Amino acid sequence: MTASDLLNRLFMAVLTLLGVAVIVFCLLRIVPGDPIAMMISPSATPADIAALRAHYGLDLGLPQQFGIWFMDVLKGNFGTSISQRRDVMELIGERLPATLELAFAALVFGVVAGGVIATLGTLARRTALDPALDFINGLFLAVPDFVWALALVLLLGVFWPVFPLSGRIDPTLSTYFHTDFYLIESLVTLNFSAFGDLIAHMVMPMLALGLPLAAIVVRTLKEALAEAMVQDYVLLARLKGMSPLRLVLQEALRNAVGPTLTLTGVQFTFMIGGTVIVERIFSYPGLGNMAIDAVINRDLPLIQGIVLTFGAIFILVNILVDLIAGWLNPRGAVHG
Amino acid sequence: MTQPLVAIEGLSAISTRDGGAPVLRDVSLTLEKGEVRGLVGESGAGKSTIAKALLGILPSTVKVTGGFIRFEGRDLLAMPRRELSDIMGRDITLIPQDPQTALNPARRIEAQLTDGLRLKLGMSKAQAHERALQLLDEVQIRNPERVLNAYPHELSGGMRQRILIASAFALNPKLVVADEPTTALDVTVQKEILRLIRRMQEAHGTAVIFVTHDLGVVAKICDRVTLLYAGKVIEDGATADMLTAPKHIYTSALIAAGPRYDRPNAGLEPVPEAVFRQLRAEIGIAERRV
Ligand SMILES: Nc1ncnc2c1ncn2[C@@H]1O[C@H](COP(=O)(O)OP(=O)(O)OP(=O)(O)O)[C@@H](O)[C@H]1O
Ligand SMILES: [Mg+2]
Repeated sequence: MTASDLLNRLFMAVLTLLGVAVIVFCLLRIVPGDPIAMMISPSATPADIAALRAHYGLDLGLPQQFGIWFMDVLKGNFGTSISQRRDVMELIGERLPATLELAFAALVFGVVAGGVIATLGTLARRTALDPALDFINGLFLAVPDFVWALALVLLLGVFWPVFPLSGRIDPTLSTYFHTDFYLIESLVTLNFSAFGDLIAHMVMPMLALGLPLAAIVVRTLKEALAEAMVQDYVLLARLKGMSPLRLVLQEALRNAVGPTLTLTGVQFTFMIGGTVIVERIFSYPGLGNMAIDAVINRDLPLIQGIVLTFGAIFILVNILVDLIAGWLNPRGAVHG
Repeated sequence: MTQPLVAIEGLSAISTRDGGAPVLRDVSLTLEKGEVRGLVGESGAGKSTIAKALLGILPSTVKVTGGFIRFEGRDLLAMPRRELSDIMGRDITLIPQDPQTALNPARRIEAQLTDGLRLKLGMSKAQAHERALQLLDEVQIRNPERVLNAYPHELSGGMRQRILIASAFALNPKLVVADEPTTALDVTVQKEILRLIRRMQEAHGTAVIFVTHDLGVVAKICDRVTLLYAGKVIEDGATADMLTAPKHIYTSALIAAGPRYDRPNAGLEPVPEAVFRQLRAEIGIAERRV
């Protein structure tokens, strides 16, 4: 990707986010549910309600509401959460790091586990292990993240409780964090007791989000590797005495990762969407969990802010994937 | 009497993919040191199967049902894997057909050209680099440093085939198997590549098994020829003898059909159907297998 391509992509990204903003704004005004009704006390008079509505600008026309909100967003002001009465940006800033850490852990787990299994499967071509692996992977492909989450709650939570069932960190651990990136901060400050506890809390939601990704990586990568392994250059390298493992990793892998990378990017954006329900199941204090609360409370400014944040992440991931693909492939184009 | 470099004796094979259909029928041929032997025949005649058997890379769906391949007297088909992999890539190497797919698009030329030197001879990076420069000079590549640093897609087809030839001769092998090494190239480039293979072969004293459809190519480069049809050796002999005084009617028909190396795929059609009928009767097959 050249610099002008990149500028182009960024420009498109801004346009896309604008579109997302308009759609979310309109959709939220169409669906029924009144945020004010959620916050008033039973003794409120109609005058109180009208005052509140005016306070949050809900008495204005839709185009006007959008105009005010959009101008504020451009200035970096996402408004005030109606249910929590705090700045939306601040709330998102507190929760997003937890979700990012979880999502990246699941991404790393999915890619590494999937990559290792695909490599082993490729090494085991023409043995009984290969069809067995394909069969098991087929089953894994059919199980979505929230089903994994529930199964893990049963298995690792109830029957064999090795990992904590909910939360992000043990509240009795009196650790003070300077940032909201607890995992990274505990690692950097070499606070291993906190790090271990964070990881233990993360294992189950990470598996729930990462296992479906691993299954997809296994299938795509194994297919691409099988295709690459029958190429003449692999044959020549084999004749020259290259070890089977090096044949897979050095000869085949770089030519096979293209399709997997693209799919992983797509899957990662799905996974960020998946954090909403998985975080809820494990009471993990991330952005997704907050999104559900925001929806329940009809907290319009907060929902808008969260959706725009998710949208921005999706777009950034896609641009990143293209950058990596271009870097991996010296021909400058991704081949299937 | 000195022993031949390669002696194939009564080699038979079937394809389990095609319901046990014969692929090679009692094939015998010998190859002396430093000799260029052509394997000719139409598509499906079994040329590549012989080449793959020599390299120990027969597909799992092809089963050898009888015969031997002796390399310097040692039976390749019965050899333990480790001994076999010592020979392959060192004493026996391959020039593949398609220079597009024979170089890894993701690795630089230097890495690919020096794999064998480093893995088989244990050369250091610097030694292998020196040797690679020499080899590129031998195959007449100018500015070798730039080429070593390039990726395959930055080079022309002819250039890539030169690199593959350099790679095949890098370890001074005793036998180079070339499976249609010029089919994928332009006519003018084909001629240069043929000349280059012949020159390298003479300089290194290497024997070559040269697989081709094309009697024109055979005439240019081969000392001896084996003509195959449906996995059976139809005629075998010195190139000049066979082209001027063919013994089998199929050979004469092929020479008359005059396939040329400028149209490798157009050649074998005009052989009269009567000749094929006679061939099939001789070999004992009911239908022409295509
Ligand atoms: N992988 C395989 N498994 C089973 N049978 C095969 C396989 N490859 C080729 N065959 C069979 O072996 C026979 C000979 O094929 P081979 O590739 O040796 O022919 P060839 O003379 O090299 O033909 P071409 O000029 O098309 O390359 C054919 O009948 C083919 O069907
Ligand atoms: Mg062939």
